[in-house]
Amino acid sequence: MSGPILEVRDLEKRYGARRAVAGVSLDVWPGEVLGIVGESGSGKTTLLSAIAGRVAPSAGSVTYDGRDLTELADVDRSRLIGDKIGFVHQNPRDGLRLNVSAGGNVAEKLMAAGARNYGALRETACRWLDRVEIGRDRVDDHPSKFSGGMQQRLQIARVLATQPQLVLMDEPTGGLDVSVQAKLLDLLRGLVDELGLAVVVVTHDLGVARLLAHRLLVMKDGLVVEHGLTDQVLDDPAHAYTQLLVSSVLQV
Amino acid sequence: MNQSRKENLLLQVSDLSKRFTLHEQGGVVLSVLDDVSLSVAAGECVALDGPSGAGKSTLLRCLYANYRADKGRILVQHGGEMIDLLHADARALLDIRRRTLGYVSQFLRVIPRVPTLDVVAMPLLSLGVDREEARDRAADLLRRVALPEPLWKLAPATFSGGEQQRVNIARGLVVGHPILLLDEPTASLDADNRARVLELITERRDAGAAIVGIFHDEAARSALATTIHPVRSRQEVAAA
Repeated sequence: MSGPILEVRDLEKRYGARRAVAGVSLDVWPGEVLGIVGESGSGKTTLLSAIAGRVAPSAGSVTYDGRDLTELADVDRSRLIGDKIGFVHQNPRDGLRLNVSAGGNVAEKLMAAGARNYGALRETACRWLDRVEIGRDRVDDHPSKFSGGMQQRLQIARVLATQPQLVLMDEPTGGLDVSVQAKLLDLLRGLVDELGLAVVVVTHDLGVARLLAHRLLVMKDGLVVEHGLTDQVLDDPAHAYTQLLVSSVLQV
Repeated sequence: MNQSRKENLLLQVSDLSKRFTLHEQGGVVLSVLDDVSLSVAAGECVALDGPSGAGKSTLLRCLYANYRADKGRILVQHGGEMIDLLHADARALLDIRRRTLGYVSQFLRVIPRVPTLDVVAMPLLSLGVDREEARDRAADLLRRVALPEPLWKLAPATFSGGEQQRVNIARGLVVGHPILLLDEPTASLDADNRARVLELITERRDAGAAIVGIFHDEAARSALATTIHPVRSRQEVAAA
């Protein structure tokens, strides 16, 4: 372990007088899954968007592998993010091309990265479909015909195929049925372990956070109010807001 | 303390305190642990003793850094050094849990859908042991706790309390951590299974594991404990 792959320092995002993110710092190391929890409006999605270069921060820095993304020219930043950082959207339709085949969705980003051999691309796409448990017989189907859970798995295959070192996920199980969520969580956990990915996952679901994240940040009103190992934050919450979140979860 | 024991201390707790501030309940402060000290050498088993609510589980959870102690020291021998859990960062704590500190909780909490054999093998996989070997070692332990083989490929969610507890024990012992924290490891077991599990834990102790446990069950306590450590928290309650 040489050091963190992502370092965020004093990040702020203002919309007029409102500070959606009001000065957040965090580190993510290779192989580590960082969860960000909080309710709607806490600033967690804005923070993720700023890390992903989708929203320009008002202040602070985002350093990826030693390079400050906020100081790069737009074209260089886009290329670096496109090559090295994957983004999994809550709604798979935002991360897929629905009028392109499943195999095409996976291969497209590989082609953008320079791969050209049709047979090899198709085989790589099929191997990714295997890994996310989508049958090879669906390789030529358009994802518009897939269920929500399958679309989400395809989006994950598309993101991981280019072998990013950092993956950002926004509510990855958000729109799915509970029965499908468990399967996706199991799959995600296996892939993260196997590939040694660094992940930042935003979720309002504490159950998802517990199963996926090594560490948690709790956000409220644009600030981190508590952080620690996931089980520390959930089993021994110190801040009033975290205690409220944890005590509000319905037990089954 | 004699010299050789001192050299073999794997866990040293001094002046440990833990309070809870209940913001949801008017800011009441519960002082559960107050200046707790204890030490455990290789081959010793310390049984925490005290009535319900005295803070035994709180202490055990602090020793795993699951609860964050407020002050004091928890020195753990990890990779040849004594490391204080109160001042270790997240990555160090996770590494200590992977390699040095094993914890068997009362209840199994796992990802849904994962088969029992993989649930037990998981701590080895996260240490980088290859899948085949991890599954073999997991299978050995499941055999030792007499979990019927047809159950191994099923997820444990639907198992009985005693079956889940044995899965939990197998998972907790599979790595062979030098320090083991056991929270009522035999509470839901029938006599035969209890005897099997006690034999397994006794073996680990005699092989040099340092153990801290809560054992309400008298048979477990007399089989395992080399020292009884009374836990009597003052449970002083103060409004914030």
